[in-house]
Amino acid sequence: MKNRWMNAKWIGLISLLMLFVSGCGKNQLSTLRPAGEVGQEQFNLMLLSIVIMLLVIVVVTVLFTIAVVKNRRKKKGEDFEPKDISGNHTLEVIWTSIPILLLIILAIPTVYLTFKQADTSAMETDEGEVNSEEVVINVTAHQYWWEFEYPNQEVVTSQELVVPTDTRVYFNLQGADVKHSFWVPAAGGKMDTNIDGINSFYLVFDDEKAQDSDRLFYGKCAELCGPSHALMDFKVQALPQAEYEQWLADMKNIEEPVQASAEDAQQGQGIFNDSCMACHATTPTGAGSQGPNLTNFADRDLIAGYLENNEENLQDWIADPESIKPGNNMTGAYDLTTEEIDAVASYLMELEVEEGSGDVEALQQNTEEDSETASESDSEEDTSEEGGN
Amino acid sequence: MASTAEKKGFWSVIWEYLTTVDHKKIAILYLIAGGIFFLMGGIEAMLIRLQLAIPNNDFLSAGLFNEVLTMHGTTMIFLAAMPLLFAFMNATVPLQIGARDVAFPFLNSLGVWLFIFGGIFLNLSWVMGGAPDAGWTSYASLAIDSPGHGIDFYAIGLQITGFGTLISGINFITTIITMRAPGMTYMRMPLMTWTTLVASVLIVFAFPPLTIGIFLLMFDRMFGSSFFLVETGGNTIIWEHLFWIFGHPEVYILILPAFGIFSEIFSTFSRKRLFGYSAMVFATVLIGFFGFMVWAHHMFTVGLGPTANAIFAIATMAIAVPTGIKIFNWIATVWGGSIEFTTPMLYALAFIPSFVMGGVTGVMQAAAPADYQYHDSYFIVAHFHYVIVGGVVFGLLAGLHYYWPLMFATMLNETLGKISFALFVTGFHVTFLIQHFLGLWGMPRRVFTFLDGQGYNTANLVSTIGAFMMALAVIILLVNIVMTVAQNKRVARDPWGDGRTLEWSLPLPVPYYNFAQTPLIRGLDAYWIEKKENNGQMLPAESLDDFHMPNNSILPFIISAGLFIAGFGALYLASGREWAIEAVSDLPQHPWAIWVLITGLLITFISMGIRSWKDDLGYYVTKEEVLNDLEEQERGGK
Repeated sequence: MKNRWMNAKWIGLISLLMLFVSGCGKNQLSTLRPAGEVGQEQFNLMLLSIVIMLLVIVVVTVLFTIAVVKNRRKKKGEDFEPKDISGNHTLEVIWTSIPILLLIILAIPTVYLTFKQADTSAMETDEGEVNSEEVVINVTAHQYWWEFEYPNQEVVTSQELVVPTDTRVYFNLQGADVKHSFWVPAAGGKMDTNIDGINSFYLVFDDEKAQDSDRLFYGKCAELCGPSHALMDFKVQALPQAEYEQWLADMKNIEEPVQASAEDAQQGQGIFNDSCMACHATTPTGAGSQGPNLTNFADRDLIAGYLENNEENLQDWIADPESIKPGNNMTGAYDLTTEEIDAVASYLMELEVEEGSGDVEALQQNTEEDSETASESDSEEDTSEEGGN
Repeated sequence: MASTAEKKGFWSVIWEYLTTVDHKKIAILYLIAGGIFFLMGGIEAMLIRLQLAIPNNDFLSAGLFNEVLTMHGTTMIFLAAMPLLFAFMNATVPLQIGARDVAFPFLNSLGVWLFIFGGIFLNLSWVMGGAPDAGWTSYASLAIDSPGHGIDFYAIGLQITGFGTLISGINFITTIITMRAPGMTYMRMPLMTWTTLVASVLIVFAFPPLTIGIFLLMFDRMFGSSFFLVETGGNTIIWEHLFWIFGHPEVYILILPAFGIFSEIFSTFSRKRLFGYSAMVFATVLIGFFGFMVWAHHMFTVGLGPTANAIFAIATMAIAVPTGIKIFNWIATVWGGSIEFTTPMLYALAFIPSFVMGGVTGVMQAAAPADYQYHDSYFIVAHFHYVIVGGVVFGLLAGLHYYWPLMFATMLNETLGKISFALFVTGFHVTFLIQHFLGLWGMPRRVFTFLDGQGYNTANLVSTIGAFMMALAVIILLVNIVMTVAQNKRVARDPWGDGRTLEWSLPLPVPYYNFAQTPLIRGLDAYWIEKKENNGQMLPAESLDDFHMPNNSILPFIISAGLFIAGFGALYLASGREWAIEAVSDLPQHPWAIWVLITGLLITFISMGIRSWKDDLGYYVTKEEVLNDLEEQERGGK
């Protein structure tokens, strides 16, 4: 008997715990499970404001309930005539000044964090070049996909963002067609990708938190940008510094498109080069192209930002993109038969980047040299780079 | 009036309403048109919640969902909430200040017809090639990009209703400043009148930025300019500023009159004068003033920089103070009173905790860095529905029950009213409370679907169930209205028994000239004072004599119809033209468009010319007629 009760207690406790855990959402995309410095600071500010506001709600609700319960006409009688009171000066002062005090408590960290989180001065060197010491990523939002460029390493990828953990990752954000908004809820708040100019901010991914969520975070577009706004998801892979650098080096290693091996894949590569190459690059270069960069396509987990990456989904996606992402710009851009689509799909499924193939040291050296030459050269390169965005 | 109207026959009643300049009939026009648009917006809301009931739903396609979502927001704000508030302002304000009509009865009529024609224009988009789909905010880059004429319907439709709103705002300001009865000083005006005055001032300052913004958008989309085309030197952020310089005060344009309605109801059904009247007036004015200094809190993530964000964060927090003053004064009004739980009072009581919850999440968003998380997530959807439904819609429903006898001389059924109230309030909290969490769990707003496995399924289903409870509540309310109208059981003066302000001193139905003799006002709650000191008889401020009233006119209707016609010309002008933006340059050309534009504008300007050059001196109501009416009232009373 006692045992059963104990069991029930444990089950109850565990389910309560589960409820609490699920009440905070998923590790990968909840603002209530911050994954790093920025998200944590924002979360703390949210907590502070929630505590103050709960206090306000409780006070109001208690006063309100007492007022309503005590003054029912049924209780006081039909003919009861309340005394007319015009007001009370002391009371007015009290309920004006207490809220002001509470707001000051909230305002101080607000202003402090507003300035702190807007500080992206480390992104640029004194000469106005991209600082090669820092992790800088240029994000370009398109209808309905994301391009990520690593300017220091000159690597371009799309849809799946790879970031190092335990360091500030700086982002330059811009929209290519309409306004979007770049949001990785677990890592921190969003910032708009205007089409009028570049916005910058930074996020931090703690390694410990990254491990808790399988090194995976979800990103979303937070500004209505057309029919497929809801499907403009992306993934963030948060790797330890060394793995991150290895990934960059592997990518950098791809100087020529990966050659197809299987027979139908070879056929597919031919078709791809004729019909798809104009928009899609298969080497990690050429920021600002019409369609997502596909260099490491087969390594990615998702197709079109949200479908599982398998050949069948890929064939469906190429055959009728409109049914998967309404309003996308790929619809009608090519005319392929079912066989051709299957061939292209099998080619794309071979686009893998071999892990550990790249030379990290060379990459680091390159970056350093780059920064040296960059600081020596005049601003010509700088403007051309911006034009490319 | 209605009994004579029945004798007059159906078409003459229609003609009477098309030409009327009587503020009470205009109020009914606003109520009917606004009510119909409210139902349309409600159906759109149900479609949204049906689509989001389960993950990966394909009930609505992505593009159609965006149209429904845009029309829901636009309809509810511009065509439902504001006109319904105008209905109650028109029905009460002239009566509360002891006037025989508004200052510009002709403009009042013009305002309502511009609103109705603009609303019809906007909604015709559904059957004429697709509704606007860039959200009610219609941010420029997406609005320019949006193919077809949807956004053009938005721009022209809102432009036409916007003129109507602006005209009504000017009218109310003039009415309240110049037409108060003797003794009705500013500090004796009922709160409903005060909030109408402040909201009208906000309209006059807030609508011009919207008008300008929409003009620029119209020129970009219809006449080939490039104010918002970045590639040719335009800037889309300017639209955001213009929109929100209008858009934030708009929130207060909506909520202040609702505050006014609640203030009247609290005081009436607590049988107690409003606590801290002068603090309430001061808070109202302060809210109106602050309302213009906080627009950029809608733009914290746009990248305006930390200085702008910090300043607007502090300014936004400051607004909470006067709003708090109001809440506490309402509680103090109820405190020590004698509460009668009528349907309007129930809505008013439910408003306090609901609105406080919407208010505190507003302050939470003022903390800019935290708002980077909330912004454009479902947290925001939850927040603004808490203030707009929990504040404005509760206010409208409270006002509908409270002022129904004043407008129609009958009473809505209280039992049905309370059932409807219980369902609506429960459904409201079920729908929107959980949406706060959806937002915090990372669900962006304005998404046509969500993926399975991201933890959003249950919460969205709960939200949809709540929405259907609200829909059921509205259906019961409609049944109540139909039954009440059909039974037509007349009530007499002061039907609630505890009326305090001047409008309840009038016989029901209110005579078309309102006051046989302009009353003398001896203090706040003018009617209550006379109930205590003069047996409920208002003292006259003038001797019984002939007085002047304005003539009916069909011109406001024709002026509005002209703009409506011109709208189609402007809309189709750019179709298929070389100089047009990409969104419409592929469409077939319409060579007739220019002639439609010219014809419509000619109709409008010629009617305006007739109004300007042909004197319309109005007419006099004779002393005999008024005496007759008074006698009849007395007989009816006995």
